[in-house]
Amino acid sequence: MTPKVMSMAEAVRRCVPDGASVALGLALEPAIPFALVHELVRARRRDLRLIGPISDMAFDILISAGCVAEIDAAWVGNVSAGLAHGYRRAMEKGIPRRIVVRDHSNLSIGLSLLAGALGSPYIPTRSLLGTDLARANGTFREAPSPFDGTPTLLLPAIEPDVAVLAVQRSDEDGNAQLWGPWGISQEAALASKAVIVVADELVDRSVIRADPNRTVAPAFKVAAVVVQRGACHPSPLQDRYGRDHSFFHAYHDATRSAEGYAAWAKEWILDLPDHEAYLAKLGPRWEALVAQERAR
Amino acid sequence: MTPLTAGEIMVAEAARQIRDGEKVFVGMRLPLIAFVVAKRTHAPNAIGLFELGMVRDEPAPELLYTMGDPPNVRGATWSARTVDIMGLLARGEVDAGFIGGAEMDRHGDLNTTAIGPDRAHPAVQLPGSGGAADIASLAKRLIVIMPHDKRRLRERVDFVTTPGHGSTPGWRARVGLRGGGPDVLITTLGVFRFPEGRAVLASYHPGASVERVRAETGWELEVVPDVHETETPSEAVLTIVRGYDRDGFWTRRAE
Repeated sequence: MTPKVMSMAEAVRRCVPDGASVALGLALEPAIPFALVHELVRARRRDLRLIGPISDMAFDILISAGCVAEIDAAWVGNVSAGLAHGYRRAMEKGIPRRIVVRDHSNLSIGLSLLAGALGSPYIPTRSLLGTDLARANGTFREAPSPFDGTPTLLLPAIEPDVAVLAVQRSDEDGNAQLWGPWGISQEAALASKAVIVVADELVDRSVIRADPNRTVAPAFKVAAVVVQRGACHPSPLQDRYGRDHSFFHAYHDATRSAEGYAAWAKEWILDLPDHEAYLAKLGPRWEALVAQERAR
Repeated sequence: MTPLTAGEIMVAEAARQIRDGEKVFVGMRLPLIAFVVAKRTHAPNAIGLFELGMVRDEPAPELLYTMGDPPNVRGATWSARTVDIMGLLARGEVDAGFIGGAEMDRHGDLNTTAIGPDRAHPAVQLPGSGGAADIASLAKRLIVIMPHDKRRLRERVDFVTTPGHGSTPGWRARVGLRGGGPDVLITTLGVFRFPEGRAVLASYHPGASVERVRAETGWELEVVPDVHETETPSEAVLTIVRGYDRDGFWTRRAE
C-alpha cells in the first residue's frame, strides 16, 4: 500500500487542487483543522467550495485570503466574538472577491452529507419548510411525501471532493479516532471522495483495534495522514488542549478592515513556514492550553 | 450591591421557561447559563441537548464560551452526531429550544441571514442559521432571546431564516411545520408572549416601562391586560449567575 503519512504541505498539494470542494470544521466548535486552513492560505489555493456546519473563524480566514468561490454552510462567524468581518466584506463589497453562498441549517447540511454517505440522491426533512432559507438555497425542492402526502423538503446529496478530519489519534493507514461530539464528521467523511486525516498523535495499529468504536470512517477512504500536534488551535481538542478564547476575540478585533486581516495573516500564517513555527510563536500560551486540559 | 444587568434579568427569565424534567435545546450564550440556574433551582431533572451531538443531565462546572468547550464534553451522558440529536428534535421529542436572533417581526419570524432586499448582495451579511432554523421548525416550544432595539424588532424582516408563526393564522400547519413555534420572546427590556401568533408584551423589566418598550419596538405594540414588571431575580438566582459567569462575559456585556 502507498504510504499515506505525509506533511501538511504535501497533503494539500496532492488532495486539494484549485476548485476543489472541501468539507472541514465538521465537529462544529471543537477540532477545527486550522493548521490545514493556514496551509491552504500559504499554498494560495483558489476557487475552493467550502462545505461545513458552523466554521468558527476558519471559513472567514479562507474567504479573506481569496481562496473561496462558493460556500455551503449553516453559519459563518466567530462563535464567542460575533460577526465574521471577512465574510461580510466579501458578501457586502466583493472584497477580495464575490462568493456564491448556498444557505443551510446544521440539520440540512448534515442530512445532505448523510444522503451522500448513503449513496442516496436526496433525503427528505420536515425542517425549514416555508422559510426564505429553504428557497434561497436554490437546490432544495418542496414535495409532498409519496406515502402520506405531508409537506417535505428534499435536500440533494452533497459529495465533497475531500473531507478533513482533525482527530486525537490515527494509525498510519488512516484509521482515525475522534472523541467528544462528532457533529457531522462521519457523514462528511463517508460522503467524500477522499479524506485527509490530521492527527494529534500517530499510534500503533493495535491501539485502534483495541477500541474500534472511536474510528470515524474506514481507512480505505483516507488519502493522507498528517501528524501534527496542536493542529486545531485556537479551537479545542478534547483531552489534548483547551479552547483559546482570547485568540478568537483578538482575530475578531484585528480583522475589522481588509488591511487588518492582511496584517493578521502575515503575522500568523504567511511569515511562518509551518505549524510548528506557529506553536513556537504561541509559546507559553500554547503550553498553558495543553497543561489546562492535561490537569482535568 | 452590584446593580442588576439586563443580561441577568434575561437569564433568570430564560431559566423560568425550563420546566422540571424537560428535554431542552440549550444553545448558546445566555441560555447556557439559564440551564445552570434552572438545574440548581426549580428544574433539577431537566436534560440539556447540544446540537453538535451531546446530552448532559448536569450543567458544565465552569463558564462556557461555546457548547463545544472541553468542560461541556466532559461529564456528558451521550456524545454522538448532529443528525442523531437533531433527529430527536425532528421526532418531536424535544420540549423546548432557545435561540437568538438579529431581527424579528411581530409574528416571531427571525432573520439571521442578511439585511437588505437582495440575499446575494446584502447590506449587512449576518452569520446564518446554525441550528436555529431547525430548532424553530421542530421544537415543541421556542424561546427567543434578543437585544431590544427598534431596528431589530421590525414590522417585516428582510429574510425569514427561522420560521415564526407566519403572517396568516394556521401558517405553520399549512406549510407542514410540526414544532410549536415562538412561545416567549425575552429582550433586554421585556418579555413577550404569542397568544394569537403575534408578539404581545407580558412584562417589562425593572427600570423599563410600557412606554419605553413601545418607543423601542418597530411594530405597533400590543400589551396584555395585566402587563406588569418582570419578576426581579432572587438573591439565590443572582448568586448562581454571578458565581458561574464570574467576569460577566455573557451577563454584564454591553449589548
